[in-house]
Amino acid sequence: MSDAAPLLAAKGISKRFGGVQALKGVELSVAPGEVVALAGDNGAGKTTLIKIVSGVFQADAGELRYEGSAIRFANPQEARRAGIETIYQDLALADNLDVGANVFLGREPHRRVLGVPVIDRATMRAEARRSLDVLDIQLHRYDVPVRTLSGGQRQAVAIGRAIYWKARVLIMDEPTAALGVPEQRKVMALIRNLKAGGVGVIFISHNLGDIFEISDRIVVLHRGVNAGERATRATNPDEIVRLMVGG
Amino acid sequence: MSAPLAIEAPRARAGAWLVSARAWLFLILLLIFFEIWSRAALHVTFLFNGFNMQSIGVFTVQPLLLALGQTFVIISGGIDLSVGFTMGFAAVVAAHVINAAQPEIGPAGAFVVGTLVALAASAVPGLINGLLIARLRIPPFIGTLGMFGVARGTAFLLAGGTTISVNNPPLVFIGTQEVGGIPAIVIVTVAFLLGLHYLLAQTRFGQYTYALGGNRQAAVRAGIDVRRLTVSLYVLSSLCAGLSGILYTGRFLAGAAQAGEPLLLDSIAAVVIGGASLFGGSGTVFGTLIGALIIAVIQYGLVFIDVEPFWQFVAVGIVIIISVLVDQTQKRLGGGRQDE
Repeated sequence: MSDAAPLLAAKGISKRFGGVQALKGVELSVAPGEVVALAGDNGAGKTTLIKIVSGVFQADAGELRYEGSAIRFANPQEARRAGIETIYQDLALADNLDVGANVFLGREPHRRVLGVPVIDRATMRAEARRSLDVLDIQLHRYDVPVRTLSGGQRQAVAIGRAIYWKARVLIMDEPTAALGVPEQRKVMALIRNLKAGGVGVIFISHNLGDIFEISDRIVVLHRGVNAGERATRATNPDEIVRLMVGG
Repeated sequence: MSAPLAIEAPRARAGAWLVSARAWLFLILLLIFFEIWSRAALHVTFLFNGFNMQSIGVFTVQPLLLALGQTFVIISGGIDLSVGFTMGFAAVVAAHVINAAQPEIGPAGAFVVGTLVALAASAVPGLINGLLIARLRIPPFIGTLGMFGVARGTAFLLAGGTTISVNNPPLVFIGTQEVGGIPAIVIVTVAFLLGLHYLLAQTRFGQYTYALGGNRQAAVRAGIDVRRLTVSLYVLSSLCAGLSGILYTGRFLAGAAQAGEPLLLDSIAAVVIGGASLFGGSGTVFGTLIGALIIAVIQYGLVFIDVEPFWQFVAVGIVIIISVLVDQTQKRLGGGRQDE
Protein backbone atom coordinates (compact mmCIF):
# COMPACT_ATOMS: atom_id res chain seq x y z
CA MET A 1 0.00 0.00 0.00
CA SER A 2 1.11 3.51 -0.75
CA ASP A 3 1.62 6.02 2.05
CA ALA A 4 -0.11 8.90 0.27
CA ALA A 5 -3.90 9.16 0.20
CA PRO A 6 -5.21 7.65 -3.03
CA LEU A 7 -5.98 10.05 -5.84
CA LEU A 8 -8.35 7.63 -7.50
CA ALA A 9 -9.88 4.55 -5.90
CA ALA A 10 -12.30 1.95 -7.21
CA LYS A 11 -14.08 0.15 -4.40
CA GLY A 12 -16.11 -3.05 -4.59
CA ILE A 13 -16.59 -2.78 -8.36
CA SER A 14 -18.84 -5.39 -9.96
CA LYS A 15 -19.84 -5.65 -13.58
CA ARG A 16 -21.90 -8.22 -15.41
CA PHE A 17 -22.29 -8.64 -19.16
CA GLY A 18 -25.33 -10.81 -19.76
CA GLY A 19 -24.54 -14.12 -18.08
CA VAL A 20 -20.89 -13.33 -17.51
CA GLN A 21 -19.74 -11.86 -14.21
CA ALA A 22 -16.78 -9.86 -15.51
CA LEU A 23 -15.85 -8.21 -12.20
CA LYS A 24 -16.88 -8.99 -8.66
CA GLY A 25 -16.06 -6.63 -5.81
CA VAL A 26 -12.77 -5.46 -7.27
CA GLU A 27 -10.54 -2.88 -5.56
CA LEU A 28 -7.96 -0.67 -7.28
CA SER A 29 -6.34 2.60 -6.22
CA VAL A 30 -3.52 4.89 -7.27
CA ALA A 31 -1.82 7.74 -5.38
CA PRO A 32 -0.13 10.81 -6.86
CA GLY A 33 3.30 9.87 -8.19
CA GLU A 34 2.57 6.18 -7.84
CA VAL A 35 2.83 3.60 -10.60
CA VAL A 36 0.41 0.71 -10.23
CA ALA A 37 0.69 -2.31 -12.48
CA LEU A 38 -2.56 -4.14 -13.24
CA ALA A 39 -1.69 -7.74 -14.02
CA GLY A 40 -3.73 -10.80 -14.87
CA ASP A 41 -4.24 -13.43 -17.49
CA ASN A 42 -6.44 -12.86 -20.54
CA GLY A 43 -10.06 -12.57 -19.46
CA ALA A 44 -9.16 -11.63 -15.90
CA GLY A 45 -11.13 -8.38 -16.20
CA LYS A 46 -8.28 -5.87 -16.49
CA THR A 47 -9.68 -4.07 -19.51
CA THR A 48 -13.22 -4.02 -18.12
CA LEU A 49 -11.94 -2.48 -14.90
CA ILE A 50 -9.98 0.15 -16.82
CA LYS A 51 -13.01 0.99 -18.92
CA ILE A 52 -15.10 1.52 -15.78
CA VAL A 53 -12.47 3.78 -14.25
CA SER A 54 -12.22 5.81 -17.46
CA GLY A 55 -15.97 6.20 -17.95
CA VAL A 56 -16.50 3.86 -20.91
CA PHE A 57 -18.61 1.45 -18.84
CA GLN A 58 -20.59 2.07 -15.67
CA ALA A 59 -20.22 -0.36 -12.77
CA ASP A 60 -23.25 -2.38 -11.62
CA ALA A 61 -22.10 -2.07 -8.01
CA GLY A 62 -19.32 -0.36 -6.11
CA GLU A 63 -18.06 3.19 -6.27
CA LEU A 64 -15.30 5.36 -7.69
CA ARG A 65 -13.65 7.87 -5.39
CA TYR A 66 -11.61 10.68 -6.85
CA GLU A 67 -9.67 13.02 -4.56
CA GLY A 68 -11.59 11.64 -1.61
CA SER A 69 -15.15 12.05 -2.86
CA ALA A 70 -17.48 9.72 -4.73
CA ILE A 71 -17.77 10.39 -8.45
CA ARG A 72 -19.57 8.96 -11.47
CA PHE A 73 -18.50 9.29 -15.08
CA ALA A 74 -21.29 9.01 -17.63
CA ASN A 75 -18.80 8.91 -20.51
CA PRO A 76 -15.07 9.12 -21.23
CA GLN A 77 -15.26 12.86 -21.83
CA GLU A 78 -16.35 13.42 -18.23
CA ALA A 79 -13.50 11.32 -16.91
CA ARG A 80 -11.06 13.19 -19.12
CA ARG A 81 -12.35 16.53 -17.97
CA ALA A 82 -11.79 15.41 -14.40
CA GLY A 83 -8.15 14.63 -15.26
CA ILE A 84 -8.26 10.89 -15.93
CA GLU A 85 -6.72 10.19 -19.33
CA THR A 86 -6.56 6.75 -20.93
CA ILE A 87 -4.10 5.70 -23.59
CA TYR A 88 -5.30 2.66 -25.45
CA GLN A 89 -3.14 0.21 -27.31
CA ASP A 90 -4.01 1.69 -30.67
CA LEU A 91 -3.14 5.14 -29.29
CA ALA A 92 -6.12 6.96 -30.80
CA LEU A 93 -3.92 9.23 -32.86
CA ALA A 94 -5.05 10.50 -36.25
CA ASP A 95 -2.09 9.34 -38.33
CA ASN A 96 -2.63 11.90 -41.04
CA LEU A 97 -2.49 14.90 -38.69
CA ASP A 98 0.62 16.47 -37.23
CA VAL A 99 1.78 16.37 -33.63
CA GLY A 100 0.13 19.65 -32.66
CA ALA A 101 -3.17 18.72 -34.28
CA ASN A 102 -3.23 15.42 -32.39
CA VAL A 103 -2.44 16.98 -29.03
CA PHE A 104 -5.27 19.49 -29.57
CA LEU A 105 -7.76 17.25 -31.41
CA GLY A 106 -11.24 18.31 -30.35
CA ARG A 107 -9.92 21.37 -28.48
CA GLU A 108 -8.28 23.48 -31.19
CA PRO A 109 -7.39 27.08 -30.32
CA HIS A 110 -8.19 29.88 -32.76
CA ARG A 111 -6.61 33.15 -33.73
CA ARG A 112 -8.04 35.94 -35.85
CA VAL A 113 -6.76 36.96 -39.26
CA LEU A 114 -8.50 40.14 -40.45
CA GLY A 115 -11.30 39.36 -38.02
CA VAL A 116 -11.80 35.82 -39.34
CA PRO A 117 -11.18 32.98 -36.88
CA VAL A 118 -8.66 30.42 -38.09
CA ILE A 119 -7.17 27.41 -36.35
CA ASP A 120 -3.95 28.47 -34.66
CA ARG A 121 -1.53 25.80 -35.88
CA ALA A 122 1.58 27.64 -34.72
CA THR A 123 0.30 27.71 -31.14
CA MET A 124 -0.73 24.06 -31.35
CA ARG A 125 2.77 23.05 -32.47
CA ALA A 126 4.51 25.23 -29.92
CA GLU A 127 2.38 23.91 -27.08
CA ALA A 128 2.80 20.34 -28.26
CA ARG A 129 6.54 20.87 -28.25
CA ARG A 130 6.39 22.27 -24.73
CA SER A 131 4.44 19.33 -23.40
CA LEU A 132 6.88 16.90 -25.02
CA ASP A 133 9.80 18.93 -23.65
CA VAL A 134 8.40 18.32 -20.19
CA LEU A 135 8.71 14.61 -20.94
CA ASP A 136 12.26 15.08 -22.24
CA ILE A 137 11.17 14.13 -25.74
CA GLN A 138 12.53 16.06 -28.66
CA LEU A 139 11.24 15.58 -32.18
CA HIS A 140 13.04 17.26 -35.03
CA ARG A 141 9.79 18.41 -36.57
CA TYR A 142 6.34 18.95 -35.18
CA ASP A 143 4.58 19.68 -38.47
CA VAL A 144 4.73 16.20 -40.03
CA PRO A 145 1.93 13.62 -39.90
CA VAL A 146 2.37 11.34 -36.89
CA ARG A 147 2.24 8.44 -39.37
CA THR A 148 5.89 9.23 -40.09
CA LEU A 149 6.92 8.87 -36.45
CA SER A 150 8.20 5.70 -34.85
CA GLY A 151 6.11 3.67 -32.41
CA GLY A 152 7.86 5.17 -29.40
CA GLN A 153 7.49 8.69 -30.71
CA ARG A 154 3.79 8.09 -31.26
CA GLN A 155 3.44 6.74 -27.75
CA ALA A 156 5.17 9.92 -26.58
CA VAL A 157 2.69 12.09 -28.51
CA ALA A 158 -0.23 10.24 -26.89
CA ILE A 159 1.32 10.71 -23.46
CA GLY A 160 2.18 14.32 -24.25
CA ARG A 161 -1.46 14.97 -25.10
CA ALA A 162 -2.57 13.56 -21.77
CA ILE A 163 -0.01 15.67 -19.92
CA TYR A 164 -0.87 18.83 -21.80
CA TRP A 165 -4.48 18.47 -20.72
CA LYS A 166 -3.35 18.16 -17.12
CA ALA A 167 -3.98 14.49 -16.61
CA ARG A 168 -3.59 13.60 -12.95
CA VAL A 169 -4.25 9.94 -13.49
CA LEU A 170 -2.93 8.26 -16.62
CA ILE A 171 -4.19 4.82 -17.53
CA MET A 172 -2.16 2.90 -20.09
CA ASP A 173 -3.25 -0.32 -21.74
CA GLU A 174 -0.20 -2.37 -22.73
CA PRO A 175 1.92 0.72 -23.45
CA THR A 176 4.92 -1.25 -24.68
CA ALA A 177 3.21 -4.19 -26.39
CA ALA A 178 3.62 -2.95 -29.95
CA LEU A 179 7.14 -1.57 -29.55
CA GLY A 180 10.66 -2.75 -30.23
CA VAL A 181 13.07 -3.04 -27.33
CA PRO A 182 14.74 0.41 -27.58
CA GLU A 183 11.36 2.06 -27.80
CA GLN A 184 10.13 0.11 -24.78
CA ARG A 185 13.03 1.63 -22.83
CA LYS A 186 11.91 5.09 -23.88
CA VAL A 187 8.36 4.50 -22.74
CA MET A 188 9.62 3.19 -19.40
CA ALA A 189 11.64 6.38 -19.06
CA LEU A 190 8.53 8.40 -19.89
CA ILE A 191 6.56 6.70 -17.14
CA ARG A 192 9.36 7.53 -14.71
CA ASN A 193 9.12 11.17 -15.77
CA LEU A 194 5.36 11.16 -15.22
CA LYS A 195 5.84 9.66 -11.78
CA ALA A 196 8.38 12.35 -10.93
CA GLY A 197 5.77 14.90 -12.02
CA GLY A 198 3.24 13.57 -9.50
CA VAL A 199 0.95 11.84 -12.00
CA GLY A 200 -0.71 8.64 -10.83
CA VAL A 201 -0.13 5.91 -13.42
CA ILE A 202 -2.10 2.68 -13.83
CA PHE A 203 -0.76 0.39 -16.48
CA ILE A 204 -1.89 -2.94 -17.81
CA SER A 205 0.93 -5.21 -18.83
CA HIS A 206 1.73 -8.81 -19.56
CA ASN A 207 5.41 -8.07 -19.37
CA LEU A 208 6.76 -8.97 -15.95
CA GLY A 209 10.06 -7.30 -16.83
CA ASP A 210 8.29 -3.97 -17.31
CA ILE A 211 6.11 -4.48 -14.26
CA PHE A 212 9.04 -5.10 -11.95
CA GLU A 213 11.13 -2.36 -13.44
CA ILE A 214 8.67 0.48 -13.14
CA SER A 215 5.81 -0.21 -10.75
CA ASP A 216 5.50 0.57 -7.06
CA ARG A 217 2.65 -1.80 -6.52
CA ILE A 218 1.12 -4.72 -8.38
CA VAL A 219 -2.57 -5.53 -8.39
CA VAL A 220 -3.40 -8.96 -9.77
CA LEU A 221 -6.83 -9.91 -11.07
CA HIS A 222 -7.96 -13.46 -11.66
CA ARG A 223 -11.36 -14.30 -13.16
CA GLY A 224 -12.86 -10.97 -12.17
CA VAL A 225 -11.73 -10.81 -8.54
CA ASN A 226 -8.66 -9.43 -6.78
CA ALA A 227 -6.22 -12.32 -6.60
CA GLY A 228 -3.67 -10.33 -4.64
CA GLU A 229 -1.88 -7.07 -4.22
CA ARG A 230 1.84 -6.68 -3.46
CA ALA A 231 4.36 -3.89 -3.03
CA THR A 232 6.74 -4.52 -5.93
CA ARG A 233 9.80 -4.41 -3.62
CA ALA A 234 8.35 -7.17 -1.49
CA THR A 235 7.48 -9.74 -4.12
CA ASN A 236 9.01 -11.60 -7.04
CA PRO A 237 7.90 -12.66 -10.54
CA ASP A 238 7.18 -16.24 -9.46
CA GLU A 239 4.70 -15.10 -6.86
CA ILE A 240 2.96 -12.74 -9.32
CA VAL A 241 2.67 -15.49 -11.94
CA ARG A 242 1.20 -17.78 -9.27
CA LEU A 243 -1.41 -15.15 -8.45
CA MET A 244 -2.17 -14.59 -12.13
CA VAL A 245 -2.92 -18.23 -12.80
CA GLY A 246 -4.91 -18.56 -9.60
CA GLY A 247 -2.39 -20.74 -7.75
CA MET B 1 14.19 13.73 -14.85
CA SER B 2 16.32 11.43 -16.91
CA ALA B 3 18.59 12.47 -19.73
CA PRO B 4 16.85 13.68 -22.89
CA LEU B 5 15.67 10.79 -24.99
CA ALA B 6 17.36 10.87 -28.35
CA ILE B 7 14.75 10.45 -31.01
CA GLU B 8 15.52 10.33 -34.69
CA ALA B 9 14.23 12.90 -37.15
CA PRO B 10 11.28 11.99 -39.31
CA ARG B 11 12.27 11.69 -42.95
CA ALA B 12 8.94 12.36 -44.60
CA ARG B 13 9.88 15.89 -45.51
CA ALA B 14 11.55 15.59 -48.87
CA GLY B 15 8.59 13.99 -50.61
CA ALA B 16 5.96 16.33 -49.18
CA TRP B 17 6.72 19.36 -51.31
CA LEU B 18 6.97 17.31 -54.46
CA VAL B 19 3.60 15.72 -53.83
CA SER B 20 1.82 19.05 -53.57
CA ALA B 21 3.72 20.37 -56.55
CA ARG B 22 3.34 17.43 -58.90
CA ALA B 23 -0.23 18.16 -59.93
CA TRP B 24 0.73 21.78 -60.70
CA LEU B 25 3.73 20.57 -62.66
CA PHE B 26 1.58 18.19 -64.62
CA LEU B 27 -0.91 20.94 -65.47
CA ILE B 28 1.91 23.19 -66.70
CA LEU B 29 3.37 20.38 -68.80
CA LEU B 30 -0.06 19.73 -70.32
CA LEU B 31 -0.46 23.39 -71.26
CA ILE B 32 3.01 23.44 -72.80
CA PHE B 33 2.23 20.25 -74.69
CA PHE B 34 -0.96 21.68 -76.20
CA GLU B 35 0.79 24.96 -76.98
CA ILE B 36 3.56 23.21 -78.90
CA TRP B 37 1.17 20.87 -80.68
CA SER B 38 -1.23 23.60 -81.80
CA ARG B 39 1.64 25.82 -82.99
CA ALA B 40 3.21 22.95 -84.89
CA ALA B 41 0.05 21.47 -86.35
CA LEU B 42 -2.34 24.41 -86.58
CA HIS B 43 0.07 27.38 -86.46
CA VAL B 44 -1.95 29.12 -83.74
CA THR B 45 -1.43 29.67 -80.06
CA PHE B 46 -3.41 27.57 -77.60
CA LEU B 47 -2.37 29.22 -74.38
CA PHE B 48 -2.43 32.92 -75.30
CA ASN B 49 -5.93 32.79 -76.67
CA GLY B 50 -8.35 34.48 -74.26
CA PHE B 51 -11.29 32.55 -75.65
CA ASN B 52 -9.59 29.23 -74.92
CA MET B 53 -8.82 30.23 -71.36
CA GLN B 54 -12.37 31.47 -70.77
CA SER B 55 -13.80 28.29 -72.24
CA ILE B 56 -11.62 26.08 -70.08
CA GLY B 57 -12.68 28.13 -67.04
CA VAL B 58 -16.38 27.74 -67.83
CA PHE B 59 -15.88 24.11 -68.79
CA THR B 60 -14.27 23.41 -65.41
CA VAL B 61 -17.07 24.91 -63.30
CA GLN B 62 -19.59 22.07 -63.13
CA PRO B 63 -17.27 19.11 -62.53
CA LEU B 64 -15.23 21.26 -60.12
CA LEU B 65 -18.26 22.10 -57.98
CA LEU B 66 -19.18 18.43 -57.70
CA ALA B 67 -15.55 17.60 -56.97
CA LEU B 68 -15.31 20.18 -54.17
CA GLY B 69 -18.09 18.55 -52.18
CA GLN B 70 -16.64 15.17 -53.07
CA THR B 71 -13.28 16.33 -51.67
CA PHE B 72 -14.70 16.72 -48.18
CA VAL B 73 -16.51 13.39 -48.35
CA ILE B 74 -13.45 11.53 -49.67
CA ILE B 75 -11.15 13.09 -47.04
CA SER B 76 -13.53 11.79 -44.38
CA GLY B 77 -13.16 8.30 -45.81
CA GLY B 78 -16.46 8.18 -47.70
CA ILE B 79 -17.63 8.66 -51.27
CA ASP B 80 -20.70 10.29 -52.78
CA LEU B 81 -21.96 8.65 -55.97
CA SER B 82 -25.21 10.60 -55.98
CA VAL B 83 -23.80 14.06 -56.84
CA GLY B 84 -24.45 13.90 -60.59
CA PHE B 85 -28.17 13.39 -60.29
CA THR B 86 -28.48 15.62 -57.25
CA MET B 87 -27.14 18.28 -59.60
CA GLY B 88 -29.76 17.43 -62.24
CA PHE B 89 -32.47 17.36 -59.58
CA ALA B 90 -31.46 20.86 -58.39
CA ALA B 91 -31.35 22.14 -61.98
CA VAL B 92 -34.89 20.90 -62.63
CA VAL B 93 -36.19 22.29 -59.32
CA ALA B 94 -34.56 25.67 -59.98
CA ALA B 95 -36.10 25.85 -63.47
CA HIS B 96 -39.58 24.91 -62.27
CA VAL B 97 -39.58 27.26 -59.29
CA ILE B 98 -38.26 30.21 -61.30
CA ASN B 99 -40.80 29.63 -64.07
CA ALA B 100 -43.60 29.49 -61.53
CA ALA B 101 -42.44 32.49 -59.48
CA GLN B 102 -41.29 34.89 -62.19
CA PRO B 103 -44.77 36.04 -63.34
CA GLU B 104 -45.77 36.64 -59.71
CA ILE B 105 -42.74 38.33 -58.13
CA GLY B 106 -40.52 39.36 -61.02
CA PRO B 107 -37.09 38.16 -62.17
CA ALA B 108 -35.05 39.19 -59.12
CA GLY B 109 -37.47 37.68 -56.63
CA ALA B 110 -37.80 34.53 -58.72
CA PHE B 111 -34.00 34.23 -58.90
CA VAL B 112 -33.66 34.43 -55.11
CA VAL B 113 -36.55 32.10 -54.37
CA GLY B 114 -35.58 29.63 -57.11
CA THR B 115 -31.98 29.49 -55.92
CA LEU B 116 -32.93 29.00 -52.27
CA VAL B 117 -35.56 26.35 -52.98
CA ALA B 118 -33.18 24.47 -55.30
CA LEU B 119 -30.43 24.54 -52.68
CA ALA B 120 -32.84 23.36 -49.98
CA ALA B 121 -34.08 20.60 -52.27
CA SER B 122 -30.53 19.53 -53.09
CA ALA B 123 -29.76 19.26 -49.38
CA VAL B 124 -32.38 16.51 -49.01
CA PRO B 125 -30.51 13.71 -50.79
CA GLY B 126 -27.38 14.65 -48.82
CA LEU B 127 -29.27 14.58 -45.55
CA ILE B 128 -30.67 11.14 -46.34
CA ASN B 129 -27.23 9.89 -47.46
CA GLY B 130 -25.70 11.19 -44.26
CA LEU B 131 -28.35 9.66 -42.01
CA LEU B 132 -28.13 6.30 -43.78
CA ILE B 133 -24.36 6.25 -43.43
CA ALA B 134 -23.98 7.76 -39.96
CA ARG B 135 -27.00 6.24 -38.20
CA LEU B 136 -27.74 3.02 -40.02
CA ARG B 137 -24.11 2.24 -40.85
CA ILE B 138 -24.76 1.67 -44.54
CA PRO B 139 -21.48 1.74 -46.49
CA PRO B 140 -21.18 5.09 -48.35
CA PHE B 141 -20.65 3.34 -51.67
CA ILE B 142 -24.00 1.55 -51.41
CA GLY B 143 -26.01 4.27 -49.70
CA THR B 144 -25.08 6.94 -52.21
CA LEU B 145 -25.45 4.50 -55.11
CA GLY B 146 -29.05 3.99 -53.99
CA MET B 147 -29.48 7.75 -53.81
CA PHE B 148 -27.98 7.99 -57.33
CA GLY B 149 -31.01 6.03 -58.54
CA VAL B 150 -33.54 7.85 -56.39
CA ALA B 151 -32.31 11.33 -57.36
CA ARG B 152 -32.10 10.30 -61.00
CA GLY B 153 -35.66 8.98 -61.10
CA THR B 154 -37.05 11.91 -59.13
CA ALA B 155 -35.32 14.44 -61.37
CA PHE B 156 -36.63 12.83 -64.57
CA LEU B 157 -40.14 12.55 -63.07
CA LEU B 158 -40.09 16.22 -62.06
CA ALA B 159 -38.86 17.21 -65.49
CA GLY B 160 -41.46 15.05 -67.19
CA GLY B 161 -38.67 13.41 -69.14
CA THR B 162 -37.67 16.60 -70.97
CA THR B 163 -35.59 19.73 -70.36
CA ILE B 164 -37.27 22.71 -68.71
CA SER B 165 -36.29 25.92 -70.44
CA VAL B 166 -36.06 28.98 -68.27
CA ASN B 167 -35.36 32.64 -68.95
CA ASN B 168 -34.45 34.48 -65.80
CA PRO B 169 -32.22 37.54 -66.42
CA PRO B 170 -30.14 37.43 -63.21
CA LEU B 171 -29.46 33.71 -63.62
CA VAL B 172 -28.72 34.05 -67.31
CA PHE B 173 -26.33 36.89 -66.51
CA ILE B 174 -24.39 34.69 -64.11
CA GLY B 175 -24.47 31.79 -66.53
CA THR B 176 -23.46 33.55 -69.73
CA GLN B 177 -22.01 37.02 -69.15
CA GLU B 178 -18.59 38.35 -68.21
CA VAL B 179 -17.43 40.82 -65.62
CA GLY B 180 -14.11 42.47 -66.52
CA GLY B 181 -13.37 39.80 -69.09
CA ILE B 182 -13.97 36.95 -66.65
CA PRO B 183 -17.09 34.81 -66.98
CA ALA B 184 -19.44 35.56 -64.06
CA ILE B 185 -19.96 31.82 -63.51
CA VAL B 186 -16.21 31.47 -62.93
CA ILE B 187 -16.20 34.36 -60.46
CA VAL B 188 -19.06 32.81 -58.48
CA THR B 189 -17.27 29.45 -58.46
CA VAL B 190 -13.94 30.91 -57.36
CA ALA B 191 -15.61 32.78 -54.49
CA PHE B 192 -17.34 29.59 -53.40
CA LEU B 193 -14.09 27.64 -53.72
CA LEU B 194 -12.25 30.12 -51.48
CA GLY B 195 -14.98 29.74 -48.88
CA LEU B 196 -14.62 25.96 -48.98
CA HIS B 197 -10.84 26.24 -48.74
CA TYR B 198 -11.27 28.27 -45.57
CA LEU B 199 -13.72 25.70 -44.21
CA LEU B 200 -11.41 22.77 -44.89
CA ALA B 201 -8.05 24.29 -44.01
CA GLN B 202 -8.81 26.75 -41.23
CA THR B 203 -11.76 25.56 -39.18
CA ARG B 204 -12.48 22.79 -36.71
CA PHE B 205 -15.00 21.38 -39.17
CA GLY B 206 -12.19 20.84 -41.68
CA GLN B 207 -9.80 19.55 -39.05
CA TYR B 208 -12.37 17.01 -37.84
CA THR B 209 -13.02 15.94 -41.42
CA TYR B 210 -9.34 15.00 -41.73
CA ALA B 211 -9.38 13.32 -38.31
CA LEU B 212 -12.46 11.28 -39.24
CA GLY B 213 -10.72 10.04 -42.37
CA GLY B 214 -7.44 9.42 -40.56
CA ASN B 215 -8.75 7.50 -37.57
CA ARG B 216 -12.42 7.40 -36.74
CA GLN B 217 -11.75 6.03 -33.24
CA ALA B 218 -9.37 8.90 -32.53
CA ALA B 219 -12.04 11.38 -33.55
CA VAL B 220 -14.63 9.68 -31.35
CA ARG B 221 -12.29 9.59 -28.36
CA ALA B 222 -11.43 13.24 -28.84
CA GLY B 223 -15.10 13.97 -28.21
CA ILE B 224 -15.97 14.81 -31.83
CA ASP B 225 -19.58 14.06 -32.77
CA VAL B 226 -18.67 11.98 -35.81
CA ARG B 227 -22.26 11.12 -36.71
CA ARG B 228 -23.28 14.74 -36.96
CA LEU B 229 -20.07 15.50 -38.83
CA THR B 230 -20.80 12.71 -41.31
CA VAL B 231 -24.31 14.01 -41.97
CA SER B 232 -22.94 17.55 -42.46
CA LEU B 233 -20.36 16.30 -44.96
CA TYR B 234 -22.92 14.60 -47.19
CA VAL B 235 -25.20 17.62 -46.97
CA LEU B 236 -22.27 19.83 -47.98
CA SER B 237 -21.54 17.55 -50.91
CA SER B 238 -25.10 17.74 -52.11
CA LEU B 239 -25.24 21.51 -51.67
CA CYS B 240 -22.19 21.77 -53.95
CA ALA B 241 -24.03 19.62 -56.47
CA GLY B 242 -27.10 21.83 -56.02
CA LEU B 243 -25.09 24.98 -56.76
CA SER B 244 -23.64 23.28 -59.80
CA GLY B 245 -27.18 22.47 -61.00
CA ILE B 246 -28.37 26.05 -60.50
CA LEU B 247 -25.39 27.44 -62.45
CA TYR B 248 -26.07 24.86 -65.18
CA THR B 249 -29.58 26.24 -65.50
CA GLY B 250 -28.13 29.72 -65.96
CA ARG B 251 -25.53 28.57 -68.46
CA PHE B 252 -27.81 26.53 -70.70
CA LEU B 253 -31.08 28.43 -70.04
CA ALA B 254 -32.65 25.15 -69.06
CA GLY B 255 -32.87 22.65 -66.24
CA ALA B 256 -32.24 19.05 -67.17
CA ALA B 257 -32.31 15.87 -65.10
CA GLN B 258 -29.25 14.53 -66.92
CA ALA B 259 -27.26 17.76 -66.33
CA GLY B 260 -24.69 16.05 -64.16
CA GLU B 261 -24.85 12.57 -65.60
CA PRO B 262 -21.36 12.45 -67.15
CA LEU B 263 -19.75 14.40 -64.31
CA LEU B 264 -19.70 11.89 -61.44
CA LEU B 265 -16.54 10.14 -62.55
CA ASP B 266 -14.88 13.42 -63.49
CA SER B 267 -15.60 14.71 -59.99
CA ILE B 268 -13.99 11.70 -58.31
CA ALA B 269 -11.11 11.81 -60.79
CA ALA B 270 -10.45 15.49 -60.05
CA VAL B 271 -10.21 14.75 -56.32
CA VAL B 272 -7.85 11.82 -56.84
CA ILE B 273 -5.66 13.60 -59.41
CA GLY B 274 -5.53 16.48 -56.95
CA GLY B 275 -3.73 14.24 -54.47
CA ALA B 276 -6.49 12.90 -52.22
CA SER B 277 -6.45 9.29 -51.14
CA LEU B 278 -9.60 7.24 -51.71
CA PHE B 279 -8.88 5.67 -48.32
CA GLY B 280 -9.49 9.04 -46.69
CA GLY B 281 -7.40 11.37 -44.59
CA SER B 282 -5.82 13.48 -47.29
CA GLY B 283 -6.76 15.96 -49.99
CA THR B 284 -7.09 19.73 -50.42
CA VAL B 285 -9.41 22.18 -52.12
CA PHE B 286 -6.62 23.55 -54.30
CA GLY B 287 -5.48 20.04 -55.20
CA THR B 288 -9.01 19.33 -56.41
CA LEU B 289 -9.01 22.60 -58.37
CA ILE B 290 -5.86 21.52 -60.17
CA GLY B 291 -7.31 18.06 -60.74
CA ALA B 292 -10.44 19.56 -62.30
CA LEU B 293 -8.33 21.92 -64.44
CA ILE B 294 -6.17 19.03 -65.65
CA ILE B 295 -9.26 17.13 -66.79
CA ALA B 296 -10.75 20.20 -68.44
CA VAL B 297 -7.51 21.07 -70.24
CA ILE B 298 -7.18 17.51 -71.55
CA GLN B 299 -10.78 17.46 -72.75
CA TYR B 300 -10.77 20.92 -74.27
CA GLY B 301 -7.22 20.69 -75.58
CA LEU B 302 -7.80 17.46 -77.46
CA VAL B 303 -10.83 18.96 -79.16
CA PHE B 304 -8.84 22.08 -79.98
CA ILE B 305 -6.06 20.16 -81.68
CA ASP B 306 -8.61 18.11 -83.61
CA VAL B 307 -8.07 14.76 -82.00
CA GLU B 308 -11.08 12.47 -82.11
CA PRO B 309 -13.11 13.29 -78.99
CA PHE B 310 -13.16 9.70 -77.77
CA TRP B 311 -9.47 9.99 -76.96
CA GLN B 312 -10.53 12.23 -74.05
CA PHE B 313 -11.80 9.24 -72.15
CA VAL B 314 -8.61 7.33 -72.79
CA ALA B 315 -6.41 10.26 -71.75
CA VAL B 316 -8.35 11.09 -68.57
CA GLY B 317 -8.45 7.41 -67.64
CA ILE B 318 -4.69 7.09 -68.01
CA VAL B 319 -4.11 10.22 -65.93
CA ILE B 320 -6.27 8.83 -63.13
CA ILE B 321 -4.37 5.56 -63.06
CA ILE B 322 -0.99 7.29 -63.18
CA SER B 323 -1.88 9.69 -60.38
CA VAL B 324 -2.97 6.85 -58.11
CA LEU B 325 0.20 4.92 -58.96
CA VAL B 326 2.38 7.93 -58.20
CA ASP B 327 0.55 8.44 -54.94
CA GLN B 328 1.03 4.86 -53.82
CA THR B 329 4.67 4.78 -54.84
CA GLN B 330 5.26 8.00 -52.96
CA LYS B 331 3.58 6.54 -49.86
CA ARG B 332 5.79 3.47 -50.02
CA LEU B 333 8.97 5.46 -50.49
CA GLY B 334 8.56 8.54 -48.34
CA GLY B 335 5.38 8.75 -46.36
CA GLY B 336 5.32 5.31 -44.77
CA ARG B 337 5.80 4.85 -41.09
CA GLN B 338 9.39 4.53 -40.13
CA ASP B 339 9.07 1.90 -37.49
CA GLU B 340 12.00 0.16 -35.99
